[in-house]
Amino acid sequence: MKISIVEMKRGEIGKIAEIQGGHGITSRVQNIGIRTGKEIKKVGSHFWRGPQTIMVDKFQVAIGHGMASKIFVEVER
Amino acid sequence: MAINKILLMGNPNVGKSALFSRLTGARVIISNYPGTTVEFTQGYIKLGEANPAIIDIPGTYALEPTSKAEEVAVRMIEEGDVIINVVDATNLERNLYLTVELLEKNIPVIVALNMWDDTKHKGIQIDVKRLEKILGVPVVTTCGLTGEGVKELVEHISKARPKKMEPLKDSERWEYIGKIVKEVQHLHHRHHTFLERLADLSIRPVTGIPISLLIMALSFLVIRFTGESLIGYVCEPFFEYVWAPLMMKLYHLFGANSLLSGILIGNLVEGRIDFAQSFGLFTTGLFVPLAMVLPYIISFYLVLGVLEDFGYLPRLAVLADNIMHRFGLHGYAIIPMILGLGCNVPGALATRLLEGKREKFIAATMMAIAVPCMAQIAMIVGLVGQRGGRYVALIFLILFLLLIAKGLILNRFIKGKSPEILVEIPPYRIPHARSVIKKLYMRIYSFIKEAVPLVLLGILFVNVLYALRIIDFVSGIFAPILERIWGLPEESIGALIIGFLRKDVAVGMLGPLNLTTKQLVIGSVILSIYFPCIATFTILAKELGAKDMFKSALIMLTTAIIVGALLNLIL
Ligand SMILES: Nc1nc2c(ncn2[C@@H]2O[C@H](COP(=O)(O)OP(=O)(O)OP(=O)(O)O)[C@@H](O)[C@H]2O)c(=O)[nH]1
Ligand SMILES: [Mg+2]
Repeated sequence: MKISIVEMKRGEIGKIAEIQGGHGITSRVQNIGIRTGKEIKKVGSHFWRGPQTIMVDKFQVAIGHGMASKIFVEVER
Repeated sequence: MAINKILLMGNPNVGKSALFSRLTGARVIISNYPGTTVEFTQGYIKLGEANPAIIDIPGTYALEPTSKAEEVAVRMIEEGDVIINVVDATNLERNLYLTVELLEKNIPVIVALNMWDDTKHKGIQIDVKRLEKILGVPVVTTCGLTGEGVKELVEHISKARPKKMEPLKDSERWEYIGKIVKEVQHLHHRHHTFLERLADLSIRPVTGIPISLLIMALSFLVIRFTGESLIGYVCEPFFEYVWAPLMMKLYHLFGANSLLSGILIGNLVEGRIDFAQSFGLFTTGLFVPLAMVLPYIISFYLVLGVLEDFGYLPRLAVLADNIMHRFGLHGYAIIPMILGLGCNVPGALATRLLEGKREKFIAATMMAIAVPCMAQIAMIVGLVGQRGGRYVALIFLILFLLLIAKGLILNRFIKGKSPEILVEIPPYRIPHARSVIKKLYMRIYSFIKEAVPLVLLGILFVNVLYALRIIDFVSGIFAPILERIWGLPEESIGALIIGFLRKDVAVGMLGPLNLTTKQLVIGSVILSIYFPCIATFTILAKELGAKDMFKSALIMLTTAIIVGALLNLIL
């Protein structure tokens, strides 16, 4: 099933399938190490459309809500 | 080829500054959050007979900059003869992206595989020889904390060669990196450590917000307790029992009413030296910076240093993200504000972490208006505190509300949208006592070196202004504003003039004016708002550009007039 990072549950693991958005955003997200094919784990999310935190490899990243809603992952549900 | 300039480049928070400090012995700020270094620092190393310069550079993820700090990094590249590419060994894949980009540039590169000590307990195994072979440049394992591997790193500098690599496309680069990582790295599964569990708890809102409140309350208590203790048990007794008698002798030596004793010792109050009111260079001029401000500088930077090294600041930034968006900023803008509480100068510099002009303008203006620096805070605590702690609290409440109001207003009236946060959250690290003390020492040293002379200059200036009757002249002009709008006596113009130089001296000047508590509160608030001190102004003007600085200053002045008038009506 393909969902965005925002929709992932805490602790859920998924593989990044697609990053939408302009070149600026996608390359920023990629350069920080989030790119298609990577396995990520959702760590937490903040209410009121707050930032989402995920774990990639051995590091954590906080991503703004809008950006996170454009990053899609393949999860098993 | 002669090596004249060596650059330390790498992703943010990988230990470039730590290595720089190990390589050169120069002191730079090292903290556990991405974006500690926002400008470059030059040092020198010994390389055989030569003494090439080595430069510590802000971190960047790639050669396409996304903030001013990263721009500084990318622009430096042209100038380097050799690049030491610092790589976080616990994050090989992500870090190699910049490495490959650098290799494509055909500049001699040498890779420092830093955080090597961390790989073991994280269950990471890297075949260094193999990596070296694939990359075709020297790879040395290092530890920025202990200095392990630094000697080898230096030995390898002259062996660095350009790789002569064809530029790759984005996707090819990742593919290439994927292959490298697969070949050289093995991961073992490890159980969560206590610190990792704590890290998870402090980023989730349900647990993170209570934790952040606890940490802030605790910080406040420790800063206050340490500051008060230093003043009460060390500084005041020294000035009272050792320094005052000495100064009295000097006073009589120079002759009671001579010019020299007037400038150095100042006016006696009831036949005694009053360190808060005498306004001599050796009395108030030393007492203000060393006995009133320094204790709080020490206590504040001690606590900040521990929080920085632990890695707490980026978590706070994530928790604050929601609120900061109402001000047109994202959570990371809290870092300049926090640094600004210590001194507005590093705070102003740290606005480089923000993406665009709009954010920089909003953050800088908010900080300059409503974030008083520790020197000013200490003076307010010392002076207004005598009238009762609740008045000190009132001042900070007013400034805090003003901070929020400013943010909301600026966000509304400046066109544009706030960008979103995208930031790496570093692992928690137990701060090393040695690193914390070293950093504290650095900050105290720079306070004494940079601030104390300005304070002395300020006091001297006060004496000159009074002696030449300039104050009388100017106060006549500004009396209407001061008296009618703010309800302050006309002599308080002196504080406003000196406030351009140093805010702490300015607050101190309110002391001898016999103000009512209301006037003291209004004066303290206005001194915070109306204009930044000269040091901050210089940096802000450079960071914002002349036009934005002018706009920002206009906002400050109008805000000071309005808020002062309102307070005069309400209080
Ligand atoms: N365990 C371990 N920690 C290290 C090592 N090198 C640096 N650190 C820590 O990592 C954190 C970041 O170090 P810095 O030297 O400030 O990193 P930087 O690359 O200059 O970071 P920016 O200036 O933000 O780009 C600090 O808390 C250091 O104490 C290392 O080899 N091992
Ligand atoms: Mg640094």
